[in-house]
Amino acid sequence: MTPIIFGLLVEAALHTVVISGVSIVIGFLIGMCVSAARLSSNRAFAIPARVFVSFFRGVPLLVQLLLIYNLLPVIGINVPSVVAAVVGLSLCTAAYQAENLRGGFASVPRGLLEAADMAGLTHFQQLVRIRVPIAFRLTLPSLVNEAILILKASSLVSVVGVIELTRMAQNLDTSLYEPLQLYSAAGLLYFIINRALALAGTAAERRWNWGRA
Amino acid sequence: MELGARVRFDYALVASKLPEIFQALGITLYTWILGLAGACALGFLVAVARRYGPRPLDLALGAYVELFRGTPFLIQLFLLYFGGPYAGLSLDAIPAGLLGLSVYGAAYFSEIFRGGFEAVPRGHVEAGECVGLSRAQIIGRILLPEMTMLVLPASVNMAIILMKETAVLSVVTVPELTLTISAIGTEFYAFVECLFLLALFYWGLTEICGWLGRMGEARLARFRFAAA
Repeated sequence: MTPIIFGLLVEAALHTVVISGVSIVIGFLIGMCVSAARLSSNRAFAIPARVFVSFFRGVPLLVQLLLIYNLLPVIGINVPSVVAAVVGLSLCTAAYQAENLRGGFASVPRGLLEAADMAGLTHFQQLVRIRVPIAFRLTLPSLVNEAILILKASSLVSVVGVIELTRMAQNLDTSLYEPLQLYSAAGLLYFIINRALALAGTAAERRWNWGRA
Repeated sequence: MELGARVRFDYALVASKLPEIFQALGITLYTWILGLAGACALGFLVAVARRYGPRPLDLALGAYVELFRGTPFLIQLFLLYFGGPYAGLSLDAIPAGLLGLSVYGAAYFSEIFRGGFEAVPRGHVEAGECVGLSRAQIIGRILLPEMTMLVLPASVNMAIILMKETAVLSVVTVPELTLTISAIGTEFYAFVECLFLLALFYWGLTEICGWLGRMGEARLARFRFAAA
């Protein structure tokens, strides 16, 4: 494999990182809303949130991606395949992150909220300054885990034609006939990114070692 | 185009595809159950080898576990199916899928079992050693029964993950449900409807699996030892 070919793979790996990163962030925001709905005592919110989580965790991501990719044009939304891919990945990770966050919100120590009540913080202030930061800190390990899962799962968006690491390796293979080298190199790149993510995760956990119950 | 105009399921045509669909369902279940069994067995062997084998073997297997858990299943599958023939390993789609699922799942299962082994109180193993049980007896009579309860939730979870991964096998042309249903959807120009039904099917299957897992846990709960 020439350096130029490897360079192409590295460039495609950047696309993979961007696609996964955007999906993780959007998924986190959606997951936040879903977990709030899931914890709501109003069943009109709680039940749809449960169905959402159950559906997106119960259906293979590949099927979700194919469904969204084909559904969007039918309902009149014509977007590039990369957008459909990000929508699919975001919805899927949102379901998993909602479950993690639910656990995080449930483990915010009651004493802190009582103290906040005493200090006269409004409900909104409590949410923004206490609940969200602590739930975020508590679920940081599972968030890193989820990021690694999504990075690996993002290889599936190659199936709907998005050019990222897996698709690039496939495309190069059709002209070079070097599947062993190309897919090994692609696998190695995924592995390196995952390791880096895991290391960043442990570093972040050590740096923000507050908020533990 | 109006949605209603597009949704025109011709049930006679769909019925003509039923044998194909049932065959694909069979292949999905077959690859899942066999892949799961392979992953479980291989993962157990890896866990035992890492616990009792020599250190170099432990390191090598550790590298295998890390590599297979750190790379996408799709890449592993491509490497096996498209790269395999270049390394002298030519497999048809279904055997390649089965092997891929087993090797991929085994990396996760070995970690589940390793955790299970470690969670069994040391005293129980030492007691077994004291009364003169062989290593195989300690594994078979103490570690395995005691950890079954502990590893059940994670194993059920992994079984569900593997079931969802069988959909990925469609990419390397294993004629399982996702591939078959997609082809039928293309043929009838009813892709969304077909995929939606497919999603419902997988959803139902994962829900049933999760439910069975919880039933199993409840039944096995009486075997939970006090130290857990």
